[in-house]
Amino acid sequence: MTTSSHLVYLIALPLISAALLLLLGRKTDKWGHILATLVSASAFGIGVSEFFAMQGRTGDARAATQKIFSWISVGTFKVDASLLLDQLSICFVLLITGVGTLIHIYSIAYMSHDHDRRRFFAYLNLFIAAMLLLVLGDSYLNLYVGWEGVGLASYLLIGFWNQKPAYATAAKKAFVANRVGDVGLSLAIMIAFAQFGTVTFAGVKAGAPHASTAALTAIGAMLLLAAAGKSAQFPLQSWLGDAMAGPTPVSALIHAATMVTAGVYLITRSNFIFDGSSTARLMVVIVGGITLIFGALIGTAKDDIKKALAASTMSQIGYMILASGLGPVGYAIAIMHLLTHGFFKAGMFLGAGSVMHGMDDEVNMRRYGGIGKLMPITFATFGLGYLAIIGVPPFAGFYSKDKIIELAFNAGGTKGIILGGATLLGAAITAFYMTRLIVMTFTGAKRWDEKAHPHESPILMWLPMAVLAVGSVATGFLFNSGNSLVNWLAPVLNSRNEVGGEELMKPIVVSALALLAVIIGVGIAVGMYRKEVPVVAPEKVSVFTRIVRKDLMQDAFNEAVLMRPGQKLTEGLVKTDYFAIDGLVRLVAGIFASTSTALRKIQNGYVRSYALIMVGGALALIATIWVVTL
Amino acid sequence: MFSAPVLNYSLLAPILIVLGGALLGVLVEAFLGKAIRATAQLAISLGSLVLAFAQIIRIHSERSLTAAVNSVAIDGASIFFQGTVLVLAFIGILFIADQDNFAAQASAIPGSEEERSAIETGKQQTEIFPLTLFAVSGMMLFPMATDLITLFVALEVLSLPLYLMAGLSRRRRLLSQEAALKYFLLGAFSSAFFLFGSAFLYGYSGSLSLSGIANAITAGNGNDIFLLIGIAFLSVGLLFKVGAVPFHSWTPDVYQGAPTPITGFMAACTKVAAFGATLRIFYVGLSAAQWEWKPIITTISILTMAVGAIAAIAQRDVKRALAFSSIAHAGFLLTGVIALNKAGLQASLFYVVAYGFTTLGAFGIVTLVRDSAGEVTDLNRWVGLGKKSPLIAGTFVLFLISFAGIPLTSGFIGKFSLFNAAYESGNILVVVVGVLSSAVAAFFYLRIVVMLFFTEPANDSVTVVIPSVMTRIAITVCALATIILGVYPSLLLNTAQTFANFLA
Repeated sequence: MTTSSHLVYLIALPLISAALLLLLGRKTDKWGHILATLVSASAFGIGVSEFFAMQGRTGDARAATQKIFSWISVGTFKVDASLLLDQLSICFVLLITGVGTLIHIYSIAYMSHDHDRRRFFAYLNLFIAAMLLLVLGDSYLNLYVGWEGVGLASYLLIGFWNQKPAYATAAKKAFVANRVGDVGLSLAIMIAFAQFGTVTFAGVKAGAPHASTAALTAIGAMLLLAAAGKSAQFPLQSWLGDAMAGPTPVSALIHAATMVTAGVYLITRSNFIFDGSSTARLMVVIVGGITLIFGALIGTAKDDIKKALAASTMSQIGYMILASGLGPVGYAIAIMHLLTHGFFKAGMFLGAGSVMHGMDDEVNMRRYGGIGKLMPITFATFGLGYLAIIGVPPFAGFYSKDKIIELAFNAGGTKGIILGGATLLGAAITAFYMTRLIVMTFTGAKRWDEKAHPHESPILMWLPMAVLAVGSVATGFLFNSGNSLVNWLAPVLNSRNEVGGEELMKPIVVSALALLAVIIGVGIAVGMYRKEVPVVAPEKVSVFTRIVRKDLMQDAFNEAVLMRPGQKLTEGLVKTDYFAIDGLVRLVAGIFASTSTALRKIQNGYVRSYALIMVGGALALIATIWVVTL
Repeated sequence: MFSAPVLNYSLLAPILIVLGGALLGVLVEAFLGKAIRATAQLAISLGSLVLAFAQIIRIHSERSLTAAVNSVAIDGASIFFQGTVLVLAFIGILFIADQDNFAAQASAIPGSEEERSAIETGKQQTEIFPLTLFAVSGMMLFPMATDLITLFVALEVLSLPLYLMAGLSRRRRLLSQEAALKYFLLGAFSSAFFLFGSAFLYGYSGSLSLSGIANAITAGNGNDIFLLIGIAFLSVGLLFKVGAVPFHSWTPDVYQGAPTPITGFMAACTKVAAFGATLRIFYVGLSAAQWEWKPIITTISILTMAVGAIAAIAQRDVKRALAFSSIAHAGFLLTGVIALNKAGLQASLFYVVAYGFTTLGAFGIVTLVRDSAGEVTDLNRWVGLGKKSPLIAGTFVLFLISFAGIPLTSGFIGKFSLFNAAYESGNILVVVVGVLSSAVAAFFYLRIVVMLFFTEPANDSVTVVIPSVMTRIAITVCALATIILGVYPSLLLNTAQTFANFLA
């Protein structure tokens, strides 16, 4: 362990900047956004220099810690507010500050018409600070502070445009899911404290091998619940789509690259817990597997471009969760997919924002079409992200997703076949809905109002998109070459061996299968339209373009086509989502509300009733004591 | 032959100073002209609280069981609870100093000519100050009393002034008087239970002192039926005061009807005192019978947390909502009683302080939101307050997130250490319910946050009045305490550890 004295600046800088912008108010309107962006960039600078410093050190010395102050120190109950920067957290620091800075830059232009832009940037900085605290905390309790902090910041950011009336319900749903998750985290912390007498990662890691499997399973299950709430995983996934009410840069930063992946961080960080309990790992795998299919299917039914991307995020995080349940090397692969996903999904969200920016905030893809020609840079960067997410070699998603599929098959036996099949199916559906999204948005003829004037976004917006697109192209190769990321993370995640367990399927076979799935996915999208839509002849455009052009010539027909076969199924699933999952949330809320109303009725205001209740209570007390002591 | 009891005035100084201040206040009320009366009352009240606190500091390391003929204990816990009551009462008085909340002449019939003329001529009576001091003296005695008679006397001394104070609201006086009457009737009812329970315990043990009862339980010679009924009835009296389910019905009505500064004072200080006494009785007197009472207190704690959290959701009145929140917090605090270990006591000490500041602050904010007819407590009219006055609404949010137990506020540390203590003592069920109901409660608190900040303001005349200097100081102190105890809790946790002991 190395002690460092400047880790704290990573968090302090954005925090101070946020405080300045909020406290000084309108005075900072002119330069607030610049300050916020510079602060975020300098945090990235610190991150980079820490990264190189870390590379210069070897072995255990690579991890750096800094004690800020002693938070709670009473008897055996000691928690320091300490930061820990190790191989795992540096990945997140670079992702958060790097992507965060790009999104700051993007937002300067995107929010330029908003007269509350300064407040928006203050919240962004607040979010960055909280997220950095989440990944830098050296104990579960410090993590919890960041965990709640990102919740608060995201709440403020989603609600930034609070004139939208749908917001209240969306926020409510997000809150129910997140609070359920938080209960999981607090229970996990308490069990851990009771079990190990400490809540630091190092302390729990040291104690974990001696703990009972039951305790580890309990902690693991609670951590999984927490992760499900934060990362929109089954059964707490339904809030993510609604959270899209916020400004698009927020969706890119929070709901694609960083906050929603906190659950993956939590699980990988707690690898020592999950290593000790195969039951907990199995639960993780099941949750991840269900979500990855579920999210992908929902993605095929959404017409709102942001909601389609949100469903996709859910599904991709499902991949990560699945991977992190697959043993030591799985943690590293999960992180790898998390990082590549951070690039391509953030890039695509920014692309969606760019399209919306040019289209008067229209989000319905049915009202897009042919935008690619008018916004070539957006199209190009989005396209690279697209290739990355569906897993075309050599783009980033290919490497990371392929590894997950490979791992899933290597789990062995029936389990391996189910998991492998699920990941392959997910890959095919991903290819399907992403193709649909791209076709509807960028190609074909225009279907928008006369009033809209799509135009390419200013450089402040497309530059970040371009940088992220480079990431979508290159990161997978970088992380994969020589297993660099897995080896880098090995000391933290204990993931030294290249492939977990036996190699049941050759990587090349897996790649071929995955590619086949992608082709099938794209092919089905094509095939579906081909069956229904006679291809309009001789112009020299791609199949997709022709299909979507058909859309425009027959708008009603388009509705029917897009609604039909595939959608019928998915519509059903969306309904399941609505009735079963939302229904569950609403049922719970409803039960509480009606109990609450019933309780109000007892509260009728009559002293005699109150006195009667007291007598009843007293008698019940005596009865209970009597029964207990029998 | 009787011999005069020996009193150690030095150790009893804090409580005697407060009583003296109260008596002085009565004289001032009777003889001083109205011009300087309010100022004099305020000075006397604050002065006696400060002096008493100085005495607490002086005797903080003293330990004695014989300061007043074996009837009170000077030990860590009693000193801590007395100090807490004094500090919170000081802040409470700062809120009470805003006389606009109180009836000008309490004896005037609501809506009468007499009342109107009293308001117009400014004949504001100020008996609220001595009444508060009398209540404070009872609250100081309650946690230190070591025999059942003294406990009962303290209970009455703290309760009687409160019954009156609850009826003193200037606006909506009928509601206020109804609340006062209800509080009085039910309070009397619960006192009867307490007394009855004391009688049974005396019948069981032949002793009125807690240590005597403890010895009798250990020896195990008494009639167990007497013990069980005694514990049950004594508990009813105590649980009524802390507002635990099913003895909580008075809480929302009284909290709503009483003048808001008094509600804050009751919610904070009464709870501190009542928990002080409850902890002492169960830790010192009844710990040997824990297998008898633990199941019922556990059940009550679970019920209280659940009912408080769930019922809060349906409330449309901010004071009723805060009342249910205080019920839920009583449930959380009961987990400290169940823990029955040093960690539980320590966590309870921390919690009452943290909770006291937050509650006082929250009710303080309620006094500021008004329209032409006085305070607005209808939550629907609070919508969009964050736009009108972000600072006040923001401070209110701070208190709410502390109630919700979100990190970096005192509420988080309080809950965490309480639940931890309960968990360590093996009461896992209660912890699970506690965490779950804090999640439910958080939903309710955050709903208010959404209403304040994320909903368009309704176009009506609700305004936030500019707080008086004293109110401002009080709210600031509460907000600072909420943050400081969340960020740097060791300050108080260490103090609580030092003081977490009972002399038996």
